[in-house]
Amino acid sequence: MYDFDWSSIPGALPFLWTGMKVSLQITVTAVVVGIAWGTLLAMARLSSMKLLAWLAAGYVNLFRAIPLVMVLLWFFLIVPQLLKGLFSLDPNTDVRLVSAMVGFALFESAYYAEIIRAGIQSVPKGQAAAAAALGMSYAQAMRLVVLPQAFRNMVPLLLTQAIVLFQDTSLVYVSALADFFGAAYKVGDRDGRLVELLLFAGLVYFVLCFVLSQIVRRLHKRLATA
Amino acid sequence: MAYHWNWSIFTSPVPTGDTTYLGWMLAGLQTTVALSLSAWLIALLLGGLIGVLRTVPSKWLAGLAGAYVEVFRNIPLLVQLFIWYFVLPELLPFGLGEAFKQKLDPLTQQFLSAMVCLALFTSARVGEQVRAGIGALPAGQKNASLALGFTLPQTYRHVLLPMAFRLVVPPLTSEFLNIFKNSAVCSTIGLLELAAQGRQLVDYTAQPYESFIAVTLLYLLINVLVMTLMRVVEAKTRVPGYLGGK
Repeated sequence: MYDFDWSSIPGALPFLWTGMKVSLQITVTAVVVGIAWGTLLAMARLSSMKLLAWLAAGYVNLFRAIPLVMVLLWFFLIVPQLLKGLFSLDPNTDVRLVSAMVGFALFESAYYAEIIRAGIQSVPKGQAAAAAALGMSYAQAMRLVVLPQAFRNMVPLLLTQAIVLFQDTSLVYVSALADFFGAAYKVGDRDGRLVELLLFAGLVYFVLCFVLSQIVRRLHKRLATA
Repeated sequence: MAYHWNWSIFTSPVPTGDTTYLGWMLAGLQTTVALSLSAWLIALLLGGLIGVLRTVPSKWLAGLAGAYVEVFRNIPLLVQLFIWYFVLPELLPFGLGEAFKQKLDPLTQQFLSAMVCLALFTSARVGEQVRAGIGALPAGQKNASLALGFTLPQTYRHVLLPMAFRLVVPPLTSEFLNIFKNSAVCSTIGLLELAAQGRQLVDYTAQPYESFIAVTLLYLLINVLVMTLMRVVEAKTRVPGYLGGK
C-alpha cells in the first residue's frame, strides 16, 4: 500500500496561499470585467443595428467554440508582445499574470454575455415600452428599468459562472504561472509528494466550490420566492 | 515587430522525416476526436444511470448519486485529470497500479486516464440534464404507468426514459460540444491531441501564429460539424407539443 506523508503541506501553506491569491486575483478581474464587457456585448447583440448585433454574435460564438486552453495559449503569445511593443517593458517583467487576466476576462465575457442576454430577454417587453412611453431615452430605460430587473433574475447564474471560472483558473498551468494549483503541483514535485499535494488541492477546491454553490442555491431560492 | 509568416511549414517534413507538420496536426485531430467520442459514449451511459438514480424513491441511492455529481462538478477538470493520471496508479491495490505503470506504454496510459477523466467529469453534467428531463415529465406519466401494473424499472424503461432522453437532446448538444473543448485540457499530461500538437509544432518550428491559427480553425471545424450533426438529431427527436416541438 501507498505510504501517505502529509508533512510537506504545513510548511508550504504560505506558498500555497500566495498561489491562491493569484487564482482569486484572476477570478475577480475576470468576473468584474467579464460582467461589464458582457453586458455591453449582450446589448449589442440585441441591438437593432444589424452590423453591431452581428459583430457581437461573432465575438461570442467564436470564444464559445474554442477551448479555453487554446484561448490562453493565444493570449500568452500575443499579450506580452503587445505590451512590450506599447510600453517598452523591461524584458524580465512577468507579464503572464496580466496575460492570464486579459485572456480570462475576454473569454468569460462571451459566456457572461449569453447569460445577460437571456436575463434582458426575460424582462417583459412592456417594461421597455413603458419606459420609452414615459420619455426615457434608450440608455435611461436600460439603466433604470430593464437592467436592474434583469440582473436581479441573473444573480444566481452569474455567481455559478464565477464558481466555474474559479475552477477554470487552474488552467493557467499551461503557462507555468503559479496559481493555487500550480503552487501545489510545484511543492508536490519538489518534495516527491505529488499524490498528497494533488489530493489536498482537490479537497480545497471541492470544499470552496461546494460551499459557495450551496450558498448560491440558497440565494436562488430566496430570490425566486421574493 | 516583423513576424516572418511561413505557411509552407505545414508541408515540410518533421525532424524524424516520416511525416509532415500537417501530418502531426491531423494525428492530433484524430486523437482529439477518438478521445472525445469514446469519453462521450461512457458519459452518456453513466450519466443516464446517474440521472435515473437521482430521481428514484430510495433516499439512499438518490443521495449517493447526488454526492457523485457534487464531487465531479466542484473539482477543476485539470485537478481531476492529474489525480487520475498521477495519483490513482499509486493507490490502486493488488499491483494493479504497478501493472498500469509498467505493462502499458505511456501513450495508452495517457489516453486511458484522459478518457476516464473526461467521461466521469461529463457524466455528472449529463446526469443533471437527464434528471432535469425526468423531472420535466408530468407526474401523471409515472403514476399512470405504476397504476397499469408496471414495476418501477419497467416504468423507467418504457415510459419515463424514452421521453426524457428526447427532451434532453438540446442541452446534451452543448455538453457534447464541451467534451471536445475540454479534451484540450488533456494536453497537460502529455497526450498528443490537437492542442498539444500545436504547441509541439511551435517548439520545433518557432512559427506560433501559423500553428495556433491552424489548431483554432480545426477546433472551429469540429464545432461546426458537431452542431450540424446535432441539429439533425434534434430535429428527428423533437417531441411534438413540447417547447421547441412542432
